Amino acid sequence: MTTAASRTPRRTPLTWVRRGGLSTLVFLLPMLIVFGVFSWTPIVESVVMSFQHTNLVTTPEFVGWANFAAVLADPTFWIAVRNTAYFAVLALIFGYPLPLIAAVLLSETRRMRGVYSVLAYLPVIILPVVAVLLWKVFYDASPNGVFNTILGWFGIPPQPWIQDATTAMPSLVLQATWAGAGATVIIYLAALRSVPPELYDAAEVDGASIWQKVWHVTLPQLRGILFITLILQITATAQVFLQPFLFTGGGPNNATTTILLLIYQYAFQNSLGGAYGKATALSLMLAVFLAVLSIVYFRITRRWSTE
Amino acid sequence: MEHRVTTTIPADLPLQEPVQAERIRRRARSVRTRDAEDRGILGIADRRRTGVRTGSTVINVLLGAALVVTGLLPLLWLAKSAITPTQDTLMMPLRLFPNGVAWSNLERAWNDVHIQNFFWNTIVMAAGSWAVQMVVATTAGYALAVLRPAYGRVLTGLVLATLFVPAVVLLVPLYLTVLHPPLIGHSLINTFWAVWLPAGASAFNVLLVMRFFESLPREVFEAARTDGAGTFRLFWSVVLPMSKPILGVVSIFAINAAWADFLWPNLVLTDIAIQPLSVRLPQIQSSTDLGVYLASLTIATVIPVAIFLVFQRTFLSGAGLGGAVKG
Repeated sequence: MTTAASRTPRRTPLTWVRRGGLSTLVFLLPMLIVFGVFSWTPIVESVVMSFQHTNLVTTPEFVGWANFAAVLADPTFWIAVRNTAYFAVLALIFGYPLPLIAAVLLSETRRMRGVYSVLAYLPVIILPVVAVLLWKVFYDASPNGVFNTILGWFGIPPQPWIQDATTAMPSLVLQATWAGAGATVIIYLAALRSVPPELYDAAEVDGASIWQKVWHVTLPQLRGILFITLILQITATAQVFLQPFLFTGGGPNNATTTILLLIYQYAFQNSLGGAYGKATALSLMLAVFLAVLSIVYFRITRRWSTE
Repeated sequence: MEHRVTTTIPADLPLQEPVQAERIRRRARSVRTRDAEDRGILGIADRRRTGVRTGSTVINVLLGAALVVTGLLPLLWLAKSAITPTQDTLMMPLRLFPNGVAWSNLERAWNDVHIQNFFWNTIVMAAGSWAVQMVVATTAGYALAVLRPAYGRVLTGLVLATLFVPAVVLLVPLYLTVLHPPLIGHSLINTFWAVWLPAGASAFNVLLVMRFFESLPREVFEAARTDGAGTFRLFWSVVLPMSKPILGVVSIFAINAAWADFLWPNLVLTDIAIQPLSVRLPQIQSSTDLGVYLASLTIATVIPVAIFLVFQRTFLSGAGLGGAVKG
């Protein structure tokens, strides 16, 4: 009885140090500092600030849901929502099937696969900013612009590209698709290589045609990764910033103002001083929307995956 | 800002597996014949049919042409325009040197724009972000996966939670934190620390390294401890040397993210003297002669493309691995 009690030593600071408690804490210190200051605290602050009026001069005061109400009452907010949805839909139509088709075709070329992968990945390697700036030159709206010269070869009249409210958003999506497709192609290529060859052998024994093999073997095998790239693309396009910021600054006439651009404008391009409350309120609304979307999405796709 | 919306890392997915699988596959590739290993949708029987063979040749040529047009030509155009007089690029952008070559563009990009300074700043920014991320991820991974304190689960949960918060939520409060950091007393704006330190708070890195450390054989740790290795020796001489594959993966992610980032550095590095390329290049577009501007963009592109071509295997398998890890 007494031995059992004495075997479990009392936890004192000294035994804690001797057992390595202190050195564990030393190892955790970089993470605790960096995450504490630059991740955990800002996340909490973001929630607090969305209910406050902050101007960095006077003490922040709580204003309840006023920031959220102000965002919802801002006509630009609804334009930004529509634009972002438009961007996301266009990006899905242009950008979602393309890498898959390219990857499937690419994986079937044998000798050229290496060269083709390098070519597909080149747009990903260059600085994203440089890619946008280069395309901005391509999109020159004069008849002597790069793209307009090419269109001229086919007798198509010059297009205004990013200078017109109707063509601006498709132009942005086109560039974003160009810049991003290569990375997805490489991911699909890796996934295609992990499809067990026996499945194709078996399908052939059953007399499957090439299309049947694609439809009944390749696509089902890629289903998991396809579900994930879809939701990743949607959440990424919902946060698009680089293209509207560098190409158009949200113009012409707010035709390319996206939600992220609006958050940025609220906080950092406001002539009346940063509307930090509105900016954090809007970013929280976006985060909650994306979280709900992801949860619903994974609920649904899980049901499909386990069918 | 890096997208942290990698919504799921399935908790039960052994993340080190792709690395090992790749290694095994590479070994297998050297042993087995190419044909046996390369079996895709098209089988040997398919490839023998003339219809399929011509069809696949045609598709290959079309695919190659499309990839050359989209992947290579824009960059070649950029390189060509870097040494073309501005007027020619403006008036006939697709002609090849109608009025000779203007090497002066490159010279002025170097001497007037000082593109090399911004290149250097980019390297410093990426190297520092990499170093901070490595220190945070390895020490935290070691403490949580190997030392395993009682409160470790709570911390892991807190790290995991940040994975679900999109980066945009942090934008404003993080900016204010960097403007008025705790304890230090002066603003970090216009110092590299404003980029380096927030980069370290990458939950993805910590979890990736943690998973890998958890998979290392604990008997090795016990043996090292018996041989008298302390906590630090175990970390430095046993765990880290065993973890080179995952450290390579984290390095690629870290350097890539730092190199590509725009929104955050653009916000906190307003002083020209320490701006990286991605921040500086958009600012010079209106004030620089088009030829010189395109020469600057070319210089900013040549080096990463060269590095990519040399290490393409590493890049492409790393990018594929990124998918495998995220999946």
